[in-house]
Formats: sequence, C-alpha cells, structure tokens
Amino acid sequence: MRLTLKIWRQENAQAKGAMVTYPIDNISPDMSFLEMMDVLNKELIEKGESPVAFDHDCREGICGMCSMFINGEAHGPDRNVTTCQLHMRKFKDGDTIHIEPFRAKAFPVIRDLVIDRSAFDRIQHAGGFISVNTSGNTQDANAIPISKHAADTAMDAAACIGCGACVATCKNSSAMLFVGAKVSQFALLPQGKVEAADRVQHMVDQMDLEGFGNCTNTGACEVECPKGISLENIARMNRELLKAKLF
Amino acid sequence: MAQLFQTSIGRKVAMALSAIFLMVFLLQHFTINSLSVISPEAFNEVSHFMGTNPLVQFVLQPVLIFGVVFHFLMGFILDIQNRRANGQTYIKYNGAANAKWVSRHMLLSGLVILGFMALHFVDFWFPEVNIKFIQGDWSGTAEGVEGFRYYEELRHKFVNPYRVGAYSVAFVFLALHLNHGFTSAFQSVGSNWGRKKVLQTVGLIYSYVIPAGFIGIALFHHFTH
Repeated sequence: MRLTLKIWRQENAQAKGAMVTYPIDNISPDMSFLEMMDVLNKELIEKGESPVAFDHDCREGICGMCSMFINGEAHGPDRNVTTCQLHMRKFKDGDTIHIEPFRAKAFPVIRDLVIDRSAFDRIQHAGGFISVNTSGNTQDANAIPISKHAADTAMDAAACIGCGACVATCKNSSAMLFVGAKVSQFALLPQGKVEAADRVQHMVDQMDLEGFGNCTNTGACEVECPKGISLENIARMNRELLKAKLF
Repeated sequence: MAQLFQTSIGRKVAMALSAIFLMVFLLQHFTINSLSVISPEAFNEVSHFMGTNPLVQFVLQPVLIFGVVFHFLMGFILDIQNRRANGQTYIKYNGAANAKWVSRHMLLSGLVILGFMALHFVDFWFPEVNIKFIQGDWSGTAEGVEGFRYYEELRHKFVNPYRVGAYSVAFVFLALHLNHGFTSAFQSVGSNWGRKKVLQTVGLIYSYVIPAGFIGIALFHHFTH
C-alpha cells in the first residue's frame, strides 16, 4: 500500500504544533497501525529526522496506552479496537490518513501524539478502589453471593482500560463514560457498596476539578470505546451521585 | 441539595428536569391548541380558564417562565463550560461517524427555538399581558367579537404566510431538539429508560407528532381563515 500520512508534530507541550505530510510506501495490509508507524519512524531515523512520538505498550488492546485520533475518530475507523489492534487493511491504497493526538484541555499534548492522561489517574486515586483489611482475616470474595447479572455487568464496566477515547471523541471532552465505568464496577458489587457514596462524590468532584466537560448524551463515547463500555454506566453514576447527595 | 447542583452531574440533572417539565407543558399547550381545530367554543372556554384562573396565572405561569429561562440559561452555561473543556480543535473530526446530527447540534436547535419564542411572545404573550395586567381587562372579550376573543385572535395571527412559515421552520427545529432531548433527559436523571425501545419509540412519536401537530394547526388556520 502507498499512503499519505498527515501527522500532528509538536516539539513539546509549549510549542505550537502543525500537521506534517509524510508519504509512505510498501505498507502491508496485514500490518497493525502501530507497525505502520514503526516503519515510518524507521525511515525518519534513517533520514536523520526526529521520529514521531506516540504512546504504546502492550499492543494487545489491554493497556490503554495507544491514543491516536485517526481520520477524525478515536482509534480510527474500526469498532471495539484500540489503535494497536487497528489493521492497515481498513484503509485503501492511496488513502490520505490524518493522525492527531487525543484532544481535551485535561489531556495536554506532551509531544507529537503523546498526551498527558494523568487526570484519569487522579480521578482513580480519588475513589476508584475499595478499602480491604488485608491483615489475614479478609473474607474470601468467593464466599459472598453475587448475582450473575451483577457480576457480568460489573465485569463489563471493569473492561474500561482508561485509554481516553471517550474524552477524545466527545464534542464536550466529557470523561463521564470513564468515571461512570469506574463507579459502576464497584457500585454493582457488595465489596464496593460500602464506600459507594463517598466514592462517587470524590470521583465526580475530581472529574470536575480536572476540567472535563459535561455529558450531553450524544453516545459518541460508547461507539468509539474500544471496550464497548455502555452509556448505562453514566446513568448509573448519575443515580449513585443523586443517592449520595440526597439521602 | 446545593452541593448537588455544584457538580457537573447535578447541573445536568437540573437541565433534564427542566426539560421534562417543559415537555409536559408542551403536551398541555398542544392539547389546548388542538381544540381550536376541533371546537372553537371549547378552545375559547379553556383559553379563558387558563388566562384568568389565579392558580394558572400567578403560580403555574411564573413556574413556567422560570423553567423556560432556567433551561435556556443552563443550556448556555453548560455549552460555555463544554467549549472551555475542549483542547485545540481537531484538524479532522468525523462527528457523523458516531453520533446523530441532532445530538451534536442541540445549541443550534435551541437557539432557533429561542428566536421562535421571542416571536411567539410578541404575537401572543405580550398582548395578553398588556390586556390583562396593564389595561386590567380580564373579561376575555373584544369589540366586534361574539363571545370570547381568543379563537378569532388565533386565526388572525395565522393569516400572514410569513408568520406561518417562520412558525413551521421553528417547529421543525423543535422536532430535532426533542428528538434527542426526550431520551437524553431520562438518561441525565439516571434512568436507563432512555435506552429502552419503548421509551425511545415514545420519544420518537412525541418529538415528531407534537411539532407536526403545531404546524398542522398553523396551516389549518391559515388556509381556512
């Protein structure tokens, strides 16, 4: 495949970035998108140019590190995949591909396609956990009866890898799908119910403090989420917050 | 309670509650307007009741005005906050790939409805305020009109084809606004009903039938006057 890549290049957080065009040839349709980026970077290094900085780690769709906005969509045109799981066969020979970093005020660009998603970490630190006494007298989690439906729904919410595609794709840069998933995965289980009221209040407060926008229920986040996290998690978070504030 | 509305979710809940309130009002408004097509006498009677009943005039009307003003103001506030939350604009953003046009343009449809409301107030509400609260005439009658004046006034307003056109365009935007707003309001208050087929169908019917009905009423009076 012969492609034209238009990639956002930005020296550092303070620098003014711009799109730079790179023609690239001999790309196999079976390559992953990141492998294609590796080929480009190899060529750039051989030419003595600076390689394109981009986040990646597991390359198996688990870690949530890759974060490219490809042709106007978070993680590109495919559904339920991260950028590392996107294959070049999704594009046609001769295509022009726009590659930008995820954009939100709360996700500042560090360099090229690398962004700072530590706002998500701070939201998690604010309440995305359960407090368990690990002195040796901890009750075996398997001894607590949990309905199949609750367990499955909690597991679906826990599938969120915190990649930030929901924020990147939302026209309001809202993080409510992420926070909704993190609130839900605990609120649905007995172990998480104990601290449910404090958790949702602290996490929502931190989300607001980080400067994310408001959800207008367009559903774009759900469509672009590589893990298919449902909008129902946002409704559950809203219910949890109402319960915590009113009762 | 005050703490709740200081959060982003609390503000969305308030926005949704005002939307649900306005949707109930719209249904009531449509029901009364429909009477003008079915029975002029019934329309006159109900209009006079609504226009002179102290509970409606001094309790429900201020609540309605508050609801309308709150919904618009909160809409603008939330939109400003959302724009602030955005980083640099994407060079290429394919919004159509993952969300309906109506859901992405609620501000636009809301602004058209706001413009319509200004026209609607000039046409109907300000003259009513003038007659009742400035002139002090609560009789519901007018010179040269037999019985109550409301039906004749309504028909007279829709003689002008430009007004009928403007109302019709506004109602199309109202349909678009409701198309997303109906289910979105339920989602915002924490209900999954908005995701259920039944409520989505009810929302779809509501969002098209009510505005289409309003257009039909305007056209009916225009062509039968």
